[in-house]
Amino acid sequence: MNAQAPIPALQDPRFNRPEPFTPPLRDGGFFQRDRSIHPPAHAPGYKSSVLRSPRQALLSLENSISEITGPVFGHNDLGPLDNDLIRNYAKDGDPVGERIIVHGRVLDETGRGVPNTLVEFWQANAGGRYRHKKDTYLAPIDPNFGGCGRALSDDTGYYYFRTVKPGPYPWRNYVNSWRPAHIHFSVFGSGLAQRLITQMYFEGDPLIPVCPILTTIPDKDALDRLVAPLDLNASTPFDSLAYRFDIVLRGQRSTYFENRPEGN
Amino acid sequence: MPQPLNYLKETASQTAGPYVHIGLIPAMAGFDIFEKNFSNVLVTPNTQGERITLEGRVLDGSGSPLRDVLLEIWQANAAGRYNHPADRSVGALDEEFRGWGRAGSDFDSGLVTFETVKPGAITDKAGRKCAPHVNVWIVARGINIGLNTRLYFSDEEAANAADPVLNLVEPPVRRSTLIAKRGERAGKVVYTFTINLQGPEETVFFDV
Ligand SMILES: [Fe+2]
Repeated sequence: MNAQAPIPALQDPRFNRPEPFTPPLRDGGFFQRDRSIHPPAHAPGYKSSVLRSPRQALLSLENSISEITGPVFGHNDLGPLDNDLIRNYAKDGDPVGERIIVHGRVLDETGRGVPNTLVEFWQANAGGRYRHKKDTYLAPIDPNFGGCGRALSDDTGYYYFRTVKPGPYPWRNYVNSWRPAHIHFSVFGSGLAQRLITQMYFEGDPLIPVCPILTTIPDKDALDRLVAPLDLNASTPFDSLAYRFDIVLRGQRSTYFENRPEGN
Repeated sequence: MPQPLNYLKETASQTAGPYVHIGLIPAMAGFDIFEKNFSNVLVTPNTQGERITLEGRVLDGSGSPLRDVLLEIWQANAAGRYNHPADRSVGALDEEFRGWGRAGSDFDSGLVTFETVKPGAITDKAGRKCAPHVNVWIVARGINIGLNTRLYFSDEEAANAADPVLNLVEPPVRRSTLIAKRGERAGKVVYTFTINLQGPEETVFFDV
């Protein structure tokens, strides 16, 4: 029996909503990936990467139709509670933890919103424990928290979801390695070459500068861009704080350059 | 100072970690949460084309299978057409085939399987004929940025020999790391593959 008053439904927290628009179909190749802002495959401070990193040079491919295209998802793929982690696994009440909204836009390197793209996210509960049969951390499972969700960006690239703030957790790397609080993100974009998995961190977390995974990123600015600031203006008073996390995918040329029927 | 170009920078990649299943295949993490789930079965009973199983493993630098790896595949349908608006080639679309699936490796054996159809040959925008292939994307704990590779088919020797991407691979002996071997099991067509992350037979990975 749930004796609590019903909690308010999750609403789009965005203000100043831009007008929808229909971008022209782009079908050119993607901008070359700048690998200097990504972690190298072989990053010895993150020990698991040592045996799992290719050692040969990657073979650079001009994007063909195989990489310009990618899977298309729609609202039919999602359920109504998929972007509400406070409710999507609740059994007899709310999950324990700080209630937060995470919102932002999926953009490309030209600043355009990436519309209708699938964003998936997963995280530990407020105590830093994952609902996963391989996670044996002593912090307890929360019976009301699954820890995953997904959203489709709207026609401007905007997405949002509600959850509880995840806790930090220890892991086997050095004897005293702890992950800063983080949410894992998976993003598709419009083509296979934009596919990205990353993690979002929280402003002010003192574990950020000592995390062996986060510090695989060689570029300080690139690391800072994974840290979501508190966004008080988007919070819901007496309900939830908000954090803002924009995700940037590779930009795309408007037309395939070996075949420009309109001289674009 | 010239004018700034003001491009944004791509968001940095981070490892998918050992618990990637929670978000992407929650049933493998041990729970049921979504009404609709993505899977390693790309076909419906009405999909056009030859039914095939892709079965393989990803091996680390010690030759051990990764037991926590996640693979996604993206492929054209049996007519060689991708289910995406940017593919305007002549092959017919198949409404019963999205062309995408994901699979986690078995926690004991490391085996990864997909149930799909064999893709047709692709004509790309430059008019080049490309051998039938499946695009593969790999993430796991210890993989800092998703790895892109391809699977070609052992029974497509002539098409493979003419494929513009396979022909970029030097030395040619490495091309064989991209070929899945056709076999049969209980009357079903099974293509088997091994993806080596390191070592003398390291698989060819692409910067796409
Ligand atoms: Fe994590």
